[in-house]
Amino acid sequence: MEERFPGIQVQIVNQGLVLKPGDLIRVAEFLKESEEFKLNYLSLITGVDYLEHLESVYHLYSIDLRTGPVVLKVRVPRDNARIPSLVSVFRGAEFQEREAYDMMGIVYEGHPDLRRIFMWEGFEGFPLRKDYIPEDDDVLEWEDVEWLERHNVKVPEDLKEHARRLKEAGKEARAQKPTEKEV
Amino acid sequence: MKTPNVSNIDQGLKSELGKKGIVITTLEQLYNWGRAGSIWPLQFGLACCAIEMIASACGRYDIARFGAELFRGSPRQADLMIVAGTVTKKMTPQIVRLYNQMAEPKYVITMGACSIAGGPFIDGYNVLKGIDRFIPVDVHLPGCPPRPEALLFGLTTLQKKIAGQEIEKNEWYRKGLKREYPIPEFGPKGLIPKFNPEIWRPETASHRRERYGDPILIGKKTAAPKFETFGDSQVKVGTS
Amino acid sequence: MTMTIEAADKTFEAYDPVLRDTETLEVNLGPQHPSTHGVFRMNVKLEGETVLSLKPVMGYLHRNHEQIAENMSYLGSMPYTDRLDYFNSMSNNFAYALAVEKLAAIEVPERARYIRVIMAELTRLVNHVSVIGFLLNDLGAFFTPVLYAFREREKILDIFEEVAGSRMMCNYFRFGGVKRDFPAGVLDRIRKIVGVFPKFLEEFEGLLTQNEILCLRCQRVGVLPYDLAVSASITGPMARASGVNYDIRKIDGYSIYNRFKFRVPLGTVGDVYDRYMIRVLEMHESLKILEQALKEIPEGPVLNPKFSALAKAPRNFKPPKGEAYGRVEAPKGELGFYLVSDGTPQPWRYHVRAPSFINLTVLEDLCIGHKVADAVIILGSIDIVLGEVDH
Repeated sequence: MEERFPGIQVQIVNQGLVLKPGDLIRVAEFLKESEEFKLNYLSLITGVDYLEHLESVYHLYSIDLRTGPVVLKVRVPRDNARIPSLVSVFRGAEFQEREAYDMMGIVYEGHPDLRRIFMWEGFEGFPLRKDYIPEDDDVLEWEDVEWLERHNVKVPEDLKEHARRLKEAGKEARAQKPTEKEV
Repeated sequence: MKTPNVSNIDQGLKSELGKKGIVITTLEQLYNWGRAGSIWPLQFGLACCAIEMIASACGRYDIARFGAELFRGSPRQADLMIVAGTVTKKMTPQIVRLYNQMAEPKYVITMGACSIAGGPFIDGYNVLKGIDRFIPVDVHLPGCPPRPEALLFGLTTLQKKIAGQEIEKNEWYRKGLKREYPIPEFGPKGLIPKFNPEIWRPETASHRRERYGDPILIGKKTAAPKFETFGDSQVKVGTS
Repeated sequence: MTMTIEAADKTFEAYDPVLRDTETLEVNLGPQHPSTHGVFRMNVKLEGETVLSLKPVMGYLHRNHEQIAENMSYLGSMPYTDRLDYFNSMSNNFAYALAVEKLAAIEVPERARYIRVIMAELTRLVNHVSVIGFLLNDLGAFFTPVLYAFREREKILDIFEEVAGSRMMCNYFRFGGVKRDFPAGVLDRIRKIVGVFPKFLEEFEGLLTQNEILCLRCQRVGVLPYDLAVSASITGPMARASGVNYDIRKIDGYSIYNRFKFRVPLGTVGDVYDRYMIRVLEMHESLKILEQALKEIPEGPVLNPKFSALAKAPRNFKPPKGEAYGRVEAPKGELGFYLVSDGTPQPWRYHVRAPSFINLTVLEDLCIGHKVADAVIILGSIDIVLGEVDH
């Protein structure tokens, strides 16, 4: 590997190759075109959240030589997660990269259409990160009360009071941790 | 379920006339019999329960015997909406819109645990915990998925309910009734509003909430796994 | 007077310049539609009736299965895998059990392996016959093939109910085997089904394969070339219809598939008709595998004794740190589970590689230039199930 790409830095973790984001496309193209490997089938792209960094994992197989998998991993920091997109090399990366963006927040540069795929547009937050806390579904907040009154729905007084108190305290209705100790 | 419109005519007289070929009934009974015997469902399968709904329409558990043979594609032509499958927050505006488009009289059966209260996916950021937060429901049908026979039982329960409705007190013949419910919108964290308080109130004391907390948080884990690195070396390609 | 395919092509080209003067119309083949096989939405730009562009929108059934699994013990997510591809619950269980057994290096006894193969192949029969029924539903044969297909499906579902306790959501596989052995008489009933199925297939094929409407409407529609299929990571019958010779049962040889003799049918053109034929041929091959497995099945335990008490305390199962990717040839394609474990009873990362989700990548390329009605058929031949697409 090092003779093909001078200056590339590669580590091996758990039978997978860890690459720098800049080297990803070169290595993927080499693995796809070379006669020795011919890894032309991209099976899986996943994002994984290790708490200090995010990782994007790729599994490659070969259809003609029937070998595989070769696992490639790319590590990026949490606040600036940008990885070049593999759509130019493998067409099948399109939806999976959109899913990794939607769930983890990894931005793939060069992707033709990077939008949210499962959640709706305008959803904030990346659900599968380890620090994501979902909302509390049973509590009306002040925007809900305003919306309901605009649509002529009567809101009972106790729910209205609760929403007003929440807004004044500046808190949002989020999911709570369990009150008893975990069994 | 009590049927209030029991006819006051003497049963003996009824059977005597019946032998001669004359049938006596009240207008209400006739009206409800016609309505209950030909309910047309809306083709609305969302998830796994939809397959059991299709299976109940097939040859073994024939739903056509109960009058619900034609699954209509358009909500304007349907009387009954069988919400079969998980209701997600992304799908909720479409469901409420479809309910508004149905013509009176209309009924809703929620089939399966997911549309009653979230089901097994209750700890989800995208799962709406029960469609009865936004539209009124007539029959709840638990199961995961309920067997086709259970769906037929639910349908007969609905037919009994229809048979008990009175013409004078019907809602849809009164003036000015519009059973159209406001359609929720997408907010940054979930739906706006979270539920419609005219139709549904959350429980005051929830055993589940005290024991397990709200949707189980991922924050229980604090340390990521660290895998050893082996330094630079050539990769071997082979089957694993 | 039937029109030959060449004559139909010529008329399409002749109409084309006329159509260019119309304006484009954007139509929503929305989430509630009789033909979308679940809540799936396609934003279609039309010119007349010809499709110019198609953007799929999914997520209407996103049930955050991955988040739930990251908080559950390993055994606790087994029922949730049933609900991924809710048509073939046994295959999903199979893939998950394989992934965990790879992660923790668990041995599976012989009889359990045969039982797993029998269940997987029965599921394949169920799936392929129902898919053909739904495809014909889209074509306009309103519900009759579905009735035929579901008649056979009910027989097989009875077997699942006797063996696993539930018709559809079986939750039957465990790490190190299956949950419990077959009750008495089930093997003979499976043999009877396998004996009767070829006759049903003959009747089904006799009605459909040479059917004029099917041939005219499905041939040359939605052609998927070989290179696009490989590059877009298409797997399953859809890829094999385009000539890609990749069947995971032969390549990985997981769980004793390498002991059975069966062939892998391949298509040449890659259109809708080829995908239909591939599924029919695969059903024949599945019957062959079933016959061999039913002959060779040995006696013995069905669950690795170390894991037989796992259900009472599932949090005791702490696989070693590491990661694993286990995959099977599900009836829809390659279904894989990617697990990262950190030594605790809950997985650190759990990801589902869903075949239907990835096979939808090429939906736009296949539909451009065809009419709206063809777009519906092409979607039917890709064979998606929304529980998988949206995990």
